[in-house]
Amino acid sequence: METLLAIAIGAVVTASVYLFLSRDLLRMLIGFILFGTSVNLAILLAGRIGPIRPPLVDPGAAALEAAANPLPQALILTAIVIGFGLTAFALVLVLKGHEALGTTSAEDMGEAEPVAATAPSTALPAPHRKAA
Amino acid sequence: MDQVLLASPLLVPLAASAVTALLWRRPGLQRPVSLAAAVLLLGCSAALLSHTLAAGTLVGRMGAWPAPFGIVLVVDVFSAIMLVITGLMAVAVAVYSAGQGATERDRAGFHPLFQGLLLGVTGAFATGDLFNLYVWFEVMLIASFGLLVLDRTREQLDGGLRYVALNLVGTTFFLLAVGLLLGLTGTLNMADLARLAPAVENQGALAAVAVLLLIAFGAKAAVFPLFNWLPAAYHTASMPVAAIFAALLTKVGVYAIIRVFTLVFAHDTAFFGPIVGVVAMATMVTGVLGAAAHYDVRRILSFHIISQIGYMLVGVALMTPLAIAGSVLYVIHHIVVKANLFLIAGAIRQAGGSFALARLGGLWVTRPVLGLLFLIPALSLAGIPPLSGFWGKLAVIRASLEAEAWLLAAVALAVGLLTLFSMIKIWNEAFWKAAPEPPPAETWSRAARFATFAPIVLLAGTTLAIGLWTEPFMGLSLAAADGLLDRQGYIAAVLGERATAALQEGAR
Repeated sequence: METLLAIAIGAVVTASVYLFLSRDLLRMLIGFILFGTSVNLAILLAGRIGPIRPPLVDPGAAALEAAANPLPQALILTAIVIGFGLTAFALVLVLKGHEALGTTSAEDMGEAEPVAATAPSTALPAPHRKAA
Repeated sequence: MDQVLLASPLLVPLAASAVTALLWRRPGLQRPVSLAAAVLLLGCSAALLSHTLAAGTLVGRMGAWPAPFGIVLVVDVFSAIMLVITGLMAVAVAVYSAGQGATERDRAGFHPLFQGLLLGVTGAFATGDLFNLYVWFEVMLIASFGLLVLDRTREQLDGGLRYVALNLVGTTFFLLAVGLLLGLTGTLNMADLARLAPAVENQGALAAVAVLLLIAFGAKAAVFPLFNWLPAAYHTASMPVAAIFAALLTKVGVYAIIRVFTLVFAHDTAFFGPIVGVVAMATMVTGVLGAAAHYDVRRILSFHIISQIGYMLVGVALMTPLAIAGSVLYVIHHIVVKANLFLIAGAIRQAGGSFALARLGGLWVTRPVLGLLFLIPALSLAGIPPLSGFWGKLAVIRASLEAEAWLLAAVALAVGLLTLFSMIKIWNEAFWKAAPEPPPAETWSRAARFATFAPIVLLAGTTLAIGLWTEPFMGLSLAAADGLLDRQGYIAAVLGERATAALQEGAR
């Protein structure tokens, strides 16, 4: 089971890396979602699959024998919520970027680092688009 | 009372963020609330620092769970110093943000996000739990996303996308490392990790996890080769935002590297020291060369952030008390100086009408005071005595020489010289040469001028104080270094006597 899950995580990571290499921001975002999912699975696997002794037991009390480790689940839940928030923000940002810049391709966006900004001081750089 | 004091650096920005968010439709009221919270944060942090200096590391067990099971807040001298400097930056930027463009910024929601960012930063400095540190990183990140694209210009959207993309991946690496560390040791409490790490059977896997953490924190701290997001994004932000970013965001990454590698992975210094040393040198060199190639004030300053991060890593690379103290002093000096330079860049923009060096000029004639105020942090950044940067560099380089890391010392010295070159470039172009076009008409109101210059003067004064009266600051840094190297003390403070007894048994 562990081996199978490890191979599955590897496959998901491969897919996410492939998507990261794309120039299209939406594909990159889906790649990020996949990457987050694979990390969550890795945490589940790292916390051991199957029943495990619970972390907190009163002295002398009997432990619940056939229960999964709750700690990785708690971590994953937190990570899912955070990842959802970040992904939602990134999606809105891509959408806004598409509205303002007219493209979702990372290559066509040259606003923040225009080539003119590195020109020597003798040549006047292009005037700022932002009306100050 | 101690516990309230311990939680106060988190509670104050949290409450302020909530209150300013409630006042969404009353931007005029947000400003005083935000400023009052910043002053309160500084006060609480200063009280916390004096308490830690007097009574040692302060530990708070959240929900009264005993240490390795629940989340702990741990503030030692290093954390307390970082909290105080965060408070100082909060005050400076809160005042500065009332200057030029305040109305638009307030309406866009600057203050709730600003306080949220402070919450993430103070949380990261105060926590003693690795997963909790991840959560604070995310709090800080989401607030910084919002702040970066505050004006919603095309430039900012593009820069914001780059910033978001790289940081999302960086923090996911952090999460992966946290999960694997949990699998290896079964705990995420940093003190407990420090106790268990040397006894882990699979040291190779532990080293791999440590490298993952180094990548995650390194991406946050903008070290070589993970720095590309910083110069792509910082210069697009509005100046108060850029100043608080430059002061705090990368330094949280540096803090995390110093904390984790002096505490959890300290038993493997022989392996990580050289790696961090090479990264530190490459970071210094790439940053300063990038700065030399640029002709926009904001971009030059952005590249210098990267360059200076290298000096802060020397402590982790060498792991001697003097080197770590030098790193801490360097962090203190750098936060003050770099934030001030960004604030001054905003003032230069206001006075000269542009950030591009080609379009600036003649400011020494029209604004001599601004020129003097620029020279203090600029020369300090380059390490000219007797300003604060000199002492930071002196400590770092002396530690390298004592550790016989000749190359590290040579690179640190050469980079200092190139830093001076960049600063002189700004001085020559913006202040010294004749103005290429007539300066814009005076548009400052009295209040805006005060709000702009008061924090600049405050921070320049701090730089001078660190430079001319170094003794107490160096003392603080040495105390912080002692605390960082005293792992047993940290573990005992967090886990209590019982666990420490078990530790000594394990060591035998």
